[in-house]
Amino acid sequence: MKRYLPLIPVVLFAVFAAAMYFGLKNDPRALPSVVVNKPMPEFSLAPVLPGQPGLAKADLVGRVSLVNVFGSWCGVCVEEHPTLLDLSARKAVAIYGVDWKDTPAEGAAWLNQRGNPFTRVGSDQAGRLALDLGVSGAPETFVVDKHGQVRFKQVGAITPDVWRDTLGPLVAKLEGEP
Amino acid sequence: MSRRRPAAALALATGLLFGPAALAVEPDEMLKDPRLEARAETISKTLRCVVCQNENIDDSGAPLAADMRRLVRERVVAGDTDDQVRAYLVARYGNFVLLKPPLQPDTWLLWFGPAAVLLVAAAGFSAAYLRRRPAAEAPAPLSTDERRRLDALLADTPPGNTP
Repeated sequence: MKRYLPLIPVVLFAVFAAAMYFGLKNDPRALPSVVVNKPMPEFSLAPVLPGQPGLAKADLVGRVSLVNVFGSWCGVCVEEHPTLLDLSARKAVAIYGVDWKDTPAEGAAWLNQRGNPFTRVGSDQAGRLALDLGVSGAPETFVVDKHGQVRFKQVGAITPDVWRDTLGPLVAKLEGEP
Repeated sequence: MSRRRPAAALALATGLLFGPAALAVEPDEMLKDPRLEARAETISKTLRCVVCQNENIDDSGAPLAADMRRLVRERVVAGDTDDQVRAYLVARYGNFVLLKPPLQPDTWLLWFGPAAVLLVAAAGFSAAYLRRRPAAEAPAPLSTDERRRLDALLADTPPGNTP
């Protein structure tokens, strides 16, 4: 036993180094969300597209939906956009847009240029809904169940892989819930 | 940095030192009541900007930090206590939004871990030190019995016959 005592610091160091090594791979932007499994906050947003309705909490109730926080100023949203358009064309899930910290005019121009995947779009120019949702950047997407309960938060772009591996199966599961 | 541009270097340093702070709280964000404004600033200094992560929202120039500062002022004006304002943000952003983590079971390791490591190390060193001490002390004197045996052995050895 005594012979192995000098090894203790070496083992401790190895454990510490391993923890640090794997810690490097953690994404510091992926924060634990506290809004998951809580009801969607009450909100009523002004329209972005002229002549079309805005977005309110009541619109979400009754079916599983994605609430996508985007902005015309957001670069990653441009990357994400084709995936949202594809999901919308396939009628995979209802997608609602929250145009965050953006003027409705710029949001509308962005959507007109790139196509509109959203069933409804609301303008959160003051960023108040985003604060209530604990948004720290765009894009962020909330999976909301039939009862208006937030069930998942996707930080960063929805890619085809993210849909196939994470969001798609979750939406299918939530569709099956009463 | 080239030696020909000390003025530029100075300007850059000044900008880095004072720039963000000067930009952070916009005059139109401030509350008219200086007492409420002071409270809002004190609270803001304890809240993390979730975009820039290591800055408090009072210092941060990020647009989201500005939204959070406005929210803090809104809650202060609505009559919230400092803790209620913080709780309001924790309900939305989690404990991460607090620059000083709260003392609760899942943060015990964080708060007491370093002290615990120090204690364990101190215990280890004292144990090692105490174990070594007896060896350094003078040996116990011989008992009467031992003394008699030793005398007998010495007496047995013939004089001048040492190897």
